[in-house]
Amino acid sequence: MIFGRRSFTAMIGAAAFAFAQAPGQAAAFEPTKPIDFVIMAGAGGGADQIARFIQSVAEQKDLMPRPLIPNNKGGGSGAEALIALQGASDADHTILVTLNSFFTTPLRQTNLGIDIQTFTPVAMMGVDPFVLWVHKDSGITTFEEWVDAVKAADGEYVMGGTGKGQEDSLVITFMEQAFDLRIKYIPYDGGGAVAKDLAGKQIMASVNNPAEAKGFFAAGDFVPLLSFSDERMAGFPDVPTMKEKGHDFSYYNQRAVVGAPGMSDEAAAYYQSMFETIYNSEEWQGYMTSESLDPLWMDAGAQKEYWNTQVERHKELLAAMGE
Amino acid sequence: MEILGLLGDGMLLAVQPLNLALILVGVTLGLFIGAMPGLGSVNGVAILLPITFLVPPGSAIIFLAAIYYGAMYGGAISSITLGIPGASTAVATTFDGRPLALRGRASLALVTAAIASFIGGSVANILFTAFAPLLAAVALSFGPPEIFALMLLAFATFVGLGGDDIPKTIFSICLGLVLAAVGFDQISGAPRLVFFDITGFLQGINFLVLAIGVYGIGEMLWTIETTRGKVTTSEAKMSVKGIVNDSKEGMKRGWKGTTIGSFLGFFVGILPAAGATPGSLMAYGVAKMVSKNPKEFGQGHPGGVAAPEAANNSASTGSMLPMLTLGIPGSPTTAILLGGMVIWGLTPGPRLFVEQSEFVWGLIGSFYVSNVAALVINLAFIPLFIWMLRMPFTVLAPLIFVLSIVGGYAATKDMHDVWLMVLFGLSAFFLRKFDYPLAPAVLAIVLGPIAEPTLRQSLLLSSGDPSIFFTRPIAGPITVIAIILLFLPLINLVRRRMREGNAAG
Repeated sequence: MIFGRRSFTAMIGAAAFAFAQAPGQAAAFEPTKPIDFVIMAGAGGGADQIARFIQSVAEQKDLMPRPLIPNNKGGGSGAEALIALQGASDADHTILVTLNSFFTTPLRQTNLGIDIQTFTPVAMMGVDPFVLWVHKDSGITTFEEWVDAVKAADGEYVMGGTGKGQEDSLVITFMEQAFDLRIKYIPYDGGGAVAKDLAGKQIMASVNNPAEAKGFFAAGDFVPLLSFSDERMAGFPDVPTMKEKGHDFSYYNQRAVVGAPGMSDEAAAYYQSMFETIYNSEEWQGYMTSESLDPLWMDAGAQKEYWNTQVERHKELLAAMGE
Repeated sequence: MEILGLLGDGMLLAVQPLNLALILVGVTLGLFIGAMPGLGSVNGVAILLPITFLVPPGSAIIFLAAIYYGAMYGGAISSITLGIPGASTAVATTFDGRPLALRGRASLALVTAAIASFIGGSVANILFTAFAPLLAAVALSFGPPEIFALMLLAFATFVGLGGDDIPKTIFSICLGLVLAAVGFDQISGAPRLVFFDITGFLQGINFLVLAIGVYGIGEMLWTIETTRGKVTTSEAKMSVKGIVNDSKEGMKRGWKGTTIGSFLGFFVGILPAAGATPGSLMAYGVAKMVSKNPKEFGQGHPGGVAAPEAANNSASTGSMLPMLTLGIPGSPTTAILLGGMVIWGLTPGPRLFVEQSEFVWGLIGSFYVSNVAALVINLAFIPLFIWMLRMPFTVLAPLIFVLSIVGGYAATKDMHDVWLMVLFGLSAFFLRKFDYPLAPAVLAIVLGPIAEPTLRQSLLLSSGDPSIFFTRPIAGPITVIAIILLFLPLINLVRRRMREGNAAG
């Protein structure tokens, strides 16, 4: 060892300094660069609107020292986003807004090698119920009439959705099996495009989130027939639920935020507390009411458990679909 | 006349000091964002969206719309002066804008672009004001078969052009379609054509990366080879008289292109999912087809600058229509504006015109004001852009190269795209040496991702029966016209043979 005395002292000093610094830094993680805010869907859809709303609340309330930069990666039913998170070069600055494809895509595409249990839970911001819609010109006003119409069409009844294995297709498959229906299913690249083609009567019915159908519903073009929520929705008190029709089935799209795999505990704690602030803000609570989201707060531990039950549930749903 | 009253109120709203200031700042910002390769209106609007929470929603959307508008003008600037498409919406502008600049007529191209943009914007504004509800119904009547038929028509206009080598054009289109298929399949979600398992290919090939590679780097290599670095520098002086003369010449030779671009661009713009990029490429194709001298297109015809520039401005206004009336974005930029409206607490959709009349008409009024502002600001900056061209090509070429690399990186912030862009640039250079037209490949990579899902959706609708494209009232005629156009060169060939046969006999 040929250390000069001075350099040795310097090293000790540096080490001591590092020691003193490290825990202090760890306790108070703060983003040091813009945060990659990945969205598991294309621009304009439900998840995208939520991400941009969250960004605006964070911005308005000045919650973060660095901005959230929305980054749409909707390709491959969200596979693109999951791969981006898995390979994130800076796990502490990468978070993801998820849908249920967070559960289904890794199940359907096992070759991607994605294990969602390695992801870091941040916050559950609420769940988005699904509603069965028809165009008012169809003259259908009740779910029973709809079932009759689908049966009468004899396999030529056309519905649109966001793709096989996606949230709405699981609901449609459930109805096909429970009521012995045959439906022609046309895939689109987003819930907004589905709603537009229902408004244009290119398709006959859809299973859309309320937010996606809101404008057309307000204009009187869309008629809601049935909701897939546990109880009747506050915004649609006259619309019956599937449970009332004698089938114990409900289905929601999760609106949750997760962190990249390998995120440090300190960074996870930072984002968890920040999203809790956003969740409790007047703005987010108001958004949930106006967009008919069901409030459902979960902390990190509860979220991990929720993932397990959802993965099992989606395994069953996909199996029922024949996937 | 109720509409005129509402429009009048809207315009008054738009010229209020705060709104007018926002328009001027927005248009100028947009002009430079559009002119920067790799940065387009999408990035500009997305970056500046959070700033708009400081002002009322009516002013916020006016500001963002002004950026969108300015970017449509600005995209042409680097397309013409450097040959690098400033934004995806201005790719078609490079086809003729760059050759004009190389011949020392950059000012003609820039002035033509500015005026065509202005006319396109004006036509779109008038159509928007007068027929918004009716046009919304037209947009809704376009289902998957109609959109596919329209895409077929767009391809047909490129193949059916006399003059070019048809087999090579078809090869070029097929190459573009294959590149468009790379990445996740939109319908099944399965990954396709992931070369060498490189994960970068999963997200598909970014159109702008291809365009910058082909037109930025490919063009630079081509220019170096053909001119050995001795490029005609543009006329050094710019004067008011010069601008007046250029606008006269530009409009004299480009009026057809301007007219086509103005109407076609608007129409394509109002169809959800399309947007200004397909609109400008289609306008270019049609303008070339109806021109008396189609061979001059691609060599520096003012009509080839006027058509896409009129179309992209017209389409940008058009794409606001489905956003406001249906809540469906007509282009990537309006998707972000739509997000903004939700944040501001407005529900886009059929009720917006009734419930938020002041907001809607203030925005429409601002289109007119922004359009005038953009024209004036753009013309004022033209001498600056011309001045850039006075740099010797030995200085300009490295600059183009650096801007291309930065632009390719800015689009997705992924080095994978930068390498891909260099590869595209080299390939484009060699393809060009063998006389393969590149514009059809560029068209195919833009339209492929629209054509493929709509084809599959249509065939699912009809249970695999292709007659769906002929039997529907709107899709039918469009498909028939497309097929006629596709076979036009063949028919012409047969007719010429017969005539020659008769002459010989």
